[in-house]
Amino acid sequence: MWNPIESAPREEITAIQSKRLCEMVQRVYHLVPFYREKFDSLGIKPEDIKNVDDLNKLPFTTKQDLRDHYPFSLFATPMDQVVRIHSSSGTTGKPTVVGYTRRDMDVWIEVMARTLKMANIGPGDVVHNAYGYGLFTGGLGFHYGAEKVGAAVVPSSGGFTKRQLLLMKDFQATILCATPSFALHLAEVAKEEGYDLKNDFKLRAGFFGAEPASHGLRKAISEAWGIQYHEAYGLSEIIGPGVAAACPYGRLHINEDHFIPEIIDPETLEVLPPGSEGELVFTTITKQALPIVRYRTKDITTLHTEPCKCGRTLITMETVKGRSDDMLIVNGVNVFPSQVEHVLTKIEGITPNYVIVVEKKGVLDKLEVWVEVDEQIISGGIGALEDLKTKLQNEMLNELYINAKVKLVEPKTLERSMGKAQRIIDKRPEI
Amino acid sequence: MRAKYAVKQISVFLENRKGRLLEVTEALKEANINIRALAMAESAEFGILRLVVDNPEKAKTALSKCGFTINEQDVFAVEVDDEPGSFHKVVRVLAEDDINIDYTYAFVGDSHKAVLIFRVQDESIEKALEALSQNGVQLVEPIFFYS
Repeated sequence: MWNPIESAPREEITAIQSKRLCEMVQRVYHLVPFYREKFDSLGIKPEDIKNVDDLNKLPFTTKQDLRDHYPFSLFATPMDQVVRIHSSSGTTGKPTVVGYTRRDMDVWIEVMARTLKMANIGPGDVVHNAYGYGLFTGGLGFHYGAEKVGAAVVPSSGGFTKRQLLLMKDFQATILCATPSFALHLAEVAKEEGYDLKNDFKLRAGFFGAEPASHGLRKAISEAWGIQYHEAYGLSEIIGPGVAAACPYGRLHINEDHFIPEIIDPETLEVLPPGSEGELVFTTITKQALPIVRYRTKDITTLHTEPCKCGRTLITMETVKGRSDDMLIVNGVNVFPSQVEHVLTKIEGITPNYVIVVEKKGVLDKLEVWVEVDEQIISGGIGALEDLKTKLQNEMLNELYINAKVKLVEPKTLERSMGKAQRIIDKRPEI
Repeated sequence: MRAKYAVKQISVFLENRKGRLLEVTEALKEANINIRALAMAESAEFGILRLVVDNPEKAKTALSKCGFTINEQDVFAVEVDDEPGSFHKVVRVLAEDDINIDYTYAFVGDSHKAVLIFRVQDESIEKALEALSQNGVQLVEPIFFYS
């Protein structure tokens, strides 16, 4: 464990949260006009917030608020205090911009060190960091964290798959950091290139995040490389990676002395008790440049307060089931891509690569799932392939209550993403 | 007997897309591969092309390099007289020994002879070859196909 706070008694954690929350509320009220106006319109004074139980009096912040204040209007520090700026790609609108002071960087490095310590990484480890460097927070977040714990970092970033494999082998990387889809792509290419994944490489663990991954996909990656799979969770609006990380028991611990989590009902906005599924909301309580009050992540998950065998007392979150804005409603049934993925990874004969295509046929939605077949299955002939199709269709009907048509496609035809995998093609006209 | 008579067959998975078969034949031509026998099985959305070629290793490399999904199986071949009842005789031998035929294809060779290719379950290959040989069916060695 990197920091004793991770296993501190609950009362101690709550006391720290309360103290930091009060300070943060004072700061945003006096330094950020957006929050001052919002608080005033709701009749909230900073003094009304006395401890964490008062959190639900505060207003929510959304991605749209960040876009509306592009680029720096939500910053609570002058620009001469800002030492780092990151930004989203802005593919779905104006980009969102986040800034860090020197102390914000220290916090980020601290939570990343905690993340890497989940796999007991330290001097002697070689961390192969295949997260994208640049404006995306993944690459630099892991980079600084790995240096902090004393490991050697190979800043390979995305792309150049074959070259990455060569470096991983020659530099004897012990830790792989990548998006799940890229980790799987690396394994596929390694097999094609004739590498023996378990003997040519020295990998023992990996940190995977930035996109939802089903249980099946996690297992496929862990088995292909023969490594311990650690999930990493984060988002740039809160700090980047480092918001939560999975311990060896697979539970995702939230660094709640810096980021207070809540679960809300995305429709009613009501706060739900631990154990309930809903939208994850975060309040940053230590950040200086861009403090955020009750940020709606759109990620659907569940929080748990039960103690963990690893000894950490920090609250845990379940793997994100999907995003409230990624959720497909197909003929009235809620479908998350990760649920489809879970069904696919349970069945032999296909690769875990898929695309979901939704179209409107008359008044009904038509769902097609394109999946890549595996080389082994074609020796069985047409009958075996038709059986596989039927089996997949039945499983999706039984488990997800959706009538999907399965289309088998040639392996490697579906796009491999270097960043986040594009799993949905929604061709329905917008209403 | 399997070691002596097994013929390497390559299966290629093909989506029903315009020009996809052309890409296969082009890849083989470019690699200077001669196709000795072929069969195509298809459904509405995809097909499987089975090939026996003169150089299976080279063909596999050429097709993989072009991004095709391929797999290799052992099949066996027999030579019969090109006359009524020959195919029946072979099928009967296999049926009598309770060997299920997954699929078969054939071509007419030189001098009034025909060559039949059979695919049976892997674990039945040895048994099938024994049965055919005991019943006087002429088994074809792989060298006949390979260059």
